[in-house]
Amino acid sequence: MKIYIRSSACISPQKTFGKVSFLREAVEYNENRLRVIEPNYAEFIDPKLIRRMSHIIKMGVAAAQECLHKSNTIMPGAIITGTALGCLEDTVTFLTRLIELNEEMLPPTAFIQSTHNTVAAQIALMLKCHHYNNTFVHKGISFESALLDATMLLNENEADNILVGGVDEMTDASFTILSRLGLYRRGPVSNFSLFETSSNGTIGGEGAVFFLLTDKPLADNLAELIGIQTFYRPNDVDEIEQKIIAFLELHALQMDDIDLVITGKNGDLKNDKVYYQLSSSLFSNTTVANYKHLCGEYPTSSAFALWLTSMMIRKEDVPLVTIERSAKNTAPKKVMIYNHYLNIYHSLMLVSAC
Amino acid sequence: MGPEIYIAGIGAITAIGNNVAQCLSSFENEKAGMGDIAYLDTLHRHKMPVAEVKLSNKQLAEITGISTTISRTTLLGLIAAKEALSDAFMDDFSSLRTGFVSANTVGGMDKSEDFFKDFVSDHRKGKLRNVFDHECGCVTEAIADQLGIRDYMTTISTACSSSANAISYGARLIKNNLLDVVLAGGTDALTKFTLNGFNTLMILDKDYCRPFDENRQGLNMGEGAGYVVLVSAEVAKTLSKELYCKLSGYNNSNDAYHQTASSPDGTGPYLAMRGALVKSGLNPSNIDYINLHGTGTPNNDAAEGTAVKRLFDPNYPPMSSTKSFTGHTLGASGGIEAVFSILAIKYGIIYPNLRFETQMHEFSFAPEKRFLTGQTMNHVMSNSFGFGGNCTSLIFSRI
Repeated sequence: MKIYIRSSACISPQKTFGKVSFLREAVEYNENRLRVIEPNYAEFIDPKLIRRMSHIIKMGVAAAQECLHKSNTIMPGAIITGTALGCLEDTVTFLTRLIELNEEMLPPTAFIQSTHNTVAAQIALMLKCHHYNNTFVHKGISFESALLDATMLLNENEADNILVGGVDEMTDASFTILSRLGLYRRGPVSNFSLFETSSNGTIGGEGAVFFLLTDKPLADNLAELIGIQTFYRPNDVDEIEQKIIAFLELHALQMDDIDLVITGKNGDLKNDKVYYQLSSSLFSNTTVANYKHLCGEYPTSSAFALWLTSMMIRKEDVPLVTIERSAKNTAPKKVMIYNHYLNIYHSLMLVSAC
Repeated sequence: MGPEIYIAGIGAITAIGNNVAQCLSSFENEKAGMGDIAYLDTLHRHKMPVAEVKLSNKQLAEITGISTTISRTTLLGLIAAKEALSDAFMDDFSSLRTGFVSANTVGGMDKSEDFFKDFVSDHRKGKLRNVFDHECGCVTEAIADQLGIRDYMTTISTACSSSANAISYGARLIKNNLLDVVLAGGTDALTKFTLNGFNTLMILDKDYCRPFDENRQGLNMGEGAGYVVLVSAEVAKTLSKELYCKLSGYNNSNDAYHQTASSPDGTGPYLAMRGALVKSGLNPSNIDYINLHGTGTPNNDAAEGTAVKRLFDPNYPPMSSTKSFTGHTLGASGGIEAVFSILAIKYGIIYPNLRFETQMHEFSFAPEKRFLTGQTMNHVMSNSFGFGGNCTSLIFSRI
């Protein structure tokens, strides 16, 4: 069975949502926290509801609605989200009040909206969609888990037109805590020169990206999703290479068949070591592109990478701002995304022109 | 229906027992797990009962051999997960493709609460070791590392249906030939965050809960963990120990009515139960017992009861809510109640719905009040419904 990406919508720190050119005007940031460019939510959500919704719910619902709209889909066959940290804003709000008010007279709204399944639930509620609804919350492979679930549902003939997305928000509290944990650069850096000034730490990001998956070969499909695989704590770069080669072989492909590799390089020396090693070995004859300087580092950023890949394939265009090193043509037919999160969770996605 | 999925092992820790045998014994003795709050440091102590696991973090850490600085959610999960694996005689699964699919709702929130005490007033303060593993996925990862499961792991969080979804997702990973063995279920420790959250919704009973009673006043918060070992037919053939039963049906449907409340006509619960029956190829009359979601809130029991009526009327199977023993263990409840449903098949038992007195006026059925043995149990349904309209039903069947 083949699985296709029918449509996609992406809310990110770049101009990626609505009627925009494909990354012709990349946005430069000179701080370590990239915030999404907010769409006009009133176009997607009842204004009465918007006031009560936290940031992640708004961006999740709007991206989902736009994704459905792009493929003229009224009712998806399933709704699946991946979110590592869930509804952080509401979680922190409730936790803060709990402490400040010493467990008394707490308002319930923040708690109600703090559960990790809130985005998927709100989409179902707005669409009155009674179908399969699931939420994966596993760190750097939350989105990949959701995507695997979607591909299994298609394989099982349980559903078609599956809405699957990756959503994570950065809040002031999480940015402060993650900064203290040493994830980000100490001083400000331009996202455009993130890879030229490699040092310790990266830049934080956020986003909401949704896809509609089908097994029907429709003329408007953006791309084919050939395969997805994750692996955990590889011993060394040799094992990573073996995993990549085995993944390609599973789909009857070799590295030479891949026109473009999109990597999860994020400007942190330790994080990027693997990518540098691979680019002089397994990826040495392939065009390499990066994406985290555009959306920032966050656990479901691979959803941004998959959006980027489907657009590159559909538009037959690899935007200059993404290219690290060019070796082959710029209208890629077969693209592999290789990302790892903190060198613990590694993921591979293989996407092809239809 | 596709390939069969077998249950090779089970493990549970709840307020009524630190392992499966202790839980069973409490059922037989009709001994509920609720009581005054003993371990959770909260203002609500002495004001409402909860169903705590009767071990301190220090004791849990001693049993598991890991640090007390780790979330109670991880400690509870590790105990039940280990029990399930050793029950399946699967201490060595290195030659099999093995996965861990675990659920929880608030990750390491108990430790994050400690962190935020200091962080709220000064963002430079708070011990980072209490917050770095806040994520739900960290709980799963810590347990998987202890068990040595590396081939695949993920975490599901769909509120109170979380671990029922973990079990069906685990089964599907095997059916899709991605794995041979999956340890699936969930864990949730009591936290101030969830206790206060449910308290703001005014759905906590100040006394012991009374699921499916006309005069029910709400739920009691509980905690615990429950896991099952799912194996493919090929693996099942190689095991020396007798299998428990098979997972014959499952369905995930959404109520799509309200973020927290269930629809008056029980749409989500009805679709989940009906879908699970369709998946298993069974009729309502084949079900020998329903382990109800039965939280004891006016809203849940009315919606679930309406859905049961729509599907089963006029021939109702015996049913009960084991939350009258364990309290509502949130993200762990689907896993814990799956374990109880499996035991119901293995031993031919039906659990009593404690403290039931008055039948709900809108229904012509009532839950079972007695502990029954010697029952013919071919098919058992287990319900788990959650916030966000997430409704899941599982069906376990005798082999």
